[in-house]
Amino acid sequence: MADMSGASTPAGATDMLDGADGVRRRDWIHIAALSTAGVGGASLLFPLVSQMAPSADVLAQSTSEVDVSAIEPGQAIKTTFRKQPLFVRRLTPKEIEEANAVDVGSLRDPQTLAERTLVGSENLLVTMGVCTHLGCVPLGAAAGEDRGDFGGYFCPCHGSHYDTAGRIRKGPAPKNLSVPEYAFKTDTVIRIG
Amino acid sequence: MSFAWAKQYEPKSAFTKWIDEKLPFPRLVYNAVGAGYPVPRNLNYMWNFGVLAGFCLMIQIITGVVLAMHYAANATVAFGTVEHIMRNVNYGWMLRYAHANGASFFFIVIYLHIFRGFFYSSYKAPREMIWLLGVVIFLLMMATAFMGYVLPWGQMSFWGAQVITGLFGAIPLVGEPLQIWLLGGFAPDNAALNRFFSLHFLLPFVIAGVVILHIWALHIPGSSNPTGVEVKSESDTVPFHPYYTSKDGFGLGVFLILFTAMVFFLPNALGHPDNYIEANPLSTPALIVPEWYFYPFYAILRAFTGDLTIPFTGIVLIPAKLLGVIGMFGSILVWFILPWLDKSPVRSGHYRPLFRKFFWFGLVPTMAALFYLGGTHAEEPYIMLSQFFTAYYFLHFLVILPIISQIEVPKPLPFSITEGVLGKAATTEAPRAGTVDGGDAGTLPDGSLQPAE
Amino acid sequence: MSIRLGGIIAGLAITLVLVLWSLVPGVYNFAFGPPAEKPASYAFYEHGEGPEGGYSFDGAMGKWDVGQLQRGYQVYKEVCSACHSLKFVAFRNLQQLGYTEAEVDAEANSWTVPGIDPNTGEATTLPGKPVDFFPSPYPNAIAAAAANNNAIPPDLSLMTKARHDGSAYVYDLLVGYGEADPEKAAKLGFETPPGLYFNKHFPNVNIAMPPPLVLDGQVTYADGTEATIPQMSADVAAFLTWTAEPSLIERKQTGWFVIGFLLFATMLAFLSYKQIWAGMKPKKN
Repeated sequence: MADMSGASTPAGATDMLDGADGVRRRDWIHIAALSTAGVGGASLLFPLVSQMAPSADVLAQSTSEVDVSAIEPGQAIKTTFRKQPLFVRRLTPKEIEEANAVDVGSLRDPQTLAERTLVGSENLLVTMGVCTHLGCVPLGAAAGEDRGDFGGYFCPCHGSHYDTAGRIRKGPAPKNLSVPEYAFKTDTVIRIG
Repeated sequence: MSFAWAKQYEPKSAFTKWIDEKLPFPRLVYNAVGAGYPVPRNLNYMWNFGVLAGFCLMIQIITGVVLAMHYAANATVAFGTVEHIMRNVNYGWMLRYAHANGASFFFIVIYLHIFRGFFYSSYKAPREMIWLLGVVIFLLMMATAFMGYVLPWGQMSFWGAQVITGLFGAIPLVGEPLQIWLLGGFAPDNAALNRFFSLHFLLPFVIAGVVILHIWALHIPGSSNPTGVEVKSESDTVPFHPYYTSKDGFGLGVFLILFTAMVFFLPNALGHPDNYIEANPLSTPALIVPEWYFYPFYAILRAFTGDLTIPFTGIVLIPAKLLGVIGMFGSILVWFILPWLDKSPVRSGHYRPLFRKFFWFGLVPTMAALFYLGGTHAEEPYIMLSQFFTAYYFLHFLVILPIISQIEVPKPLPFSITEGVLGKAATTEAPRAGTVDGGDAGTLPDGSLQPAE
Repeated sequence: MSIRLGGIIAGLAITLVLVLWSLVPGVYNFAFGPPAEKPASYAFYEHGEGPEGGYSFDGAMGKWDVGQLQRGYQVYKEVCSACHSLKFVAFRNLQQLGYTEAEVDAEANSWTVPGIDPNTGEATTLPGKPVDFFPSPYPNAIAAAAANNNAIPPDLSLMTKARHDGSAYVYDLLVGYGEADPEKAAKLGFETPPGLYFNKHFPNVNIAMPPPLVLDGQVTYADGTEATIPQMSADVAAFLTWTAEPSLIERKQTGWFVIGFLLFATMLAFLSYKQIWAGMKPKKN
């Protein structure tokens, strides 16, 4: 281009684009300007991405309180934690026995019942009611529901069976029902989250 | 089309060659805004605003899509969801203020872009189609902005919707049913809010489509320039990239500084406090005004206070309300015939002494006055002044411009753009910029024409 | 004289006549019409300027005065909240006023909010939790109107943004109560209608809100600040500025950072632009 019609090509273009003398003098200013613009553009992504994360009001909702005093042994209640179902179950001595009789080493997700409950209240099993397979709500919390082959919970979507400690025993789910962080706020009320 | 000397896109790697064969998109970009688009070398800063307007449209679409993720178009919760965005959503306040002020800055940029078109007669042949598409974009922008202002469902939103749809009620026979149809009810409510949201989301993409046509039409004759003399040879042009990409980049920086100063330090200065009061159908704010960018047209609307009657008979031909609506829409529609009203063969205002006088001392003060008057209370002397400037506005376009183009004796034009930039010497010898010593910038009618100033 | 030139001159003359004609009715009305009548109240309105010395959050470098916001909250709680809601603010937001999580918990507990009895499902009131929003003193707008002589006390969450120069406006309004100048009032036949109160900083000087702050020391500040009426007014106005825009200070600080970056980037863009165009400028002798 410059060779063919150099006479009519603006000199600036020749210097800048072709580097007529072989050295791109002061090219750094273009590089600096472009990279600064790149940094600016990239930092715009931060608010645009961050706005999709949970907002302040959603994060603030992330604790729940449950009164557990009225749950009889063998019963469970279904409540919510972070807009997800939460199962709180009072185990009978027989159920505790069943759970403890299992060889932990043979489990897909090895955990003992004691590891899944609070010290001093081993008969209170608090788990999320979210199947670890694909997120359905397992049956077994309400009276009369199918509790599966192991007397705990049964997820009807894809047939995962959980035992009385909420551990996965059969079916496609990879993990035990997760136990959220919680503590006794008073003797009868637990605070989750 | 392009000029014969436009650079050709030459893919270098095997990959870019493959792309070029299958989908020559990089070639399209290269020819549209890259080195393959030769642009007059003498564009001044007034030519920055086209690119800036495109950038504003992008800001609005990006922030708008994001805000729509949190907003709910339901009259019972709309105001609350906007507050939710302001208080709870991460950086929600920033996104919303950027969107609200982005609308204002979009209009500032567009008004300067139109102003450039008026002064340099960018609407004249062969660029009529670019101009017509531009007016269409402007009308779409006004519709989008109006509907967007309704969404926060504050007092101004509500009463703005009421008043603007009321304009359609002025149309004879079908007016009232039309207004009810537009609102989907007898007053603005859920139905209106939801359709405004839907259309407010849709229209920006329609605008983007028309913008593509606008740019396409621009590339047929190529950009105009401050001398108004058409490009004659290669020495008249420089490639868009890097010359105008760098200049637009700088312009963008200046624009963003002003924009962010507004967003972060005076975000509500261009808004109205009443819109922080939730919509209340039982109470009208003391002063109902649209957003500032509608003021000139609002002033024209309010200038028509009397019915058009047959003198001495009392027979009303057109009632005042309809006159105002016709006047307001007419004030923009008149731009559609502008290329055929101003028949002067000379484009640039620099070479048109009479046109320039009427431009600076007629049209510009009139627009400034209408901008001011649109925001005032409907009382004297503002009504009187609105009427005066409305009369001048229409006469300027419909009478003065056609007459000027008949009687004006233009100043001598430079032979070419290169001559306009470098002086006469440049056209006789090889016009290699930077090597020309005899160039005399003093012959320019306006020093700002030099590209490097 | 050619016909064409004649036509042009006639056209311009008609333009001039039409433009001037457009002025006639307005000028006539302005000169000979009845004078615009302004209500007598205009004679009593005084424009206020906000508290002396302004607020700590004023200006581009402003900061919250956390102590003032806490005092303002106390004034809202003990005085304003009897009639005015604050519906967009949650108790958890108080943490921004410098309260600890435990203090916010306790503060929320000291309010009662409408709720549902978990055992019977009946509507009841419960002690507030941090996630709850400030409760409205009235169950609905009709109750609010009925209790206040048909004037509904507005929600205060956004009050300072819903009025022009709102932070100053709230202060001015609270210190603007008093008596109309009796001499002037007698001359103009001005009287504050029954059920309304004279306030020189309210746009039509007759406001439905009874004076909320009437005594120095009406509120006993925890930090020992003397609770004069102007002090309480400024404090509550500052608090309401915070409720209207909790991100105010964050916004300004982000702004400095962004503009600083843009100045730097624009300077680089300018140098790059000049560099590219360097060869294009004609040399001057």
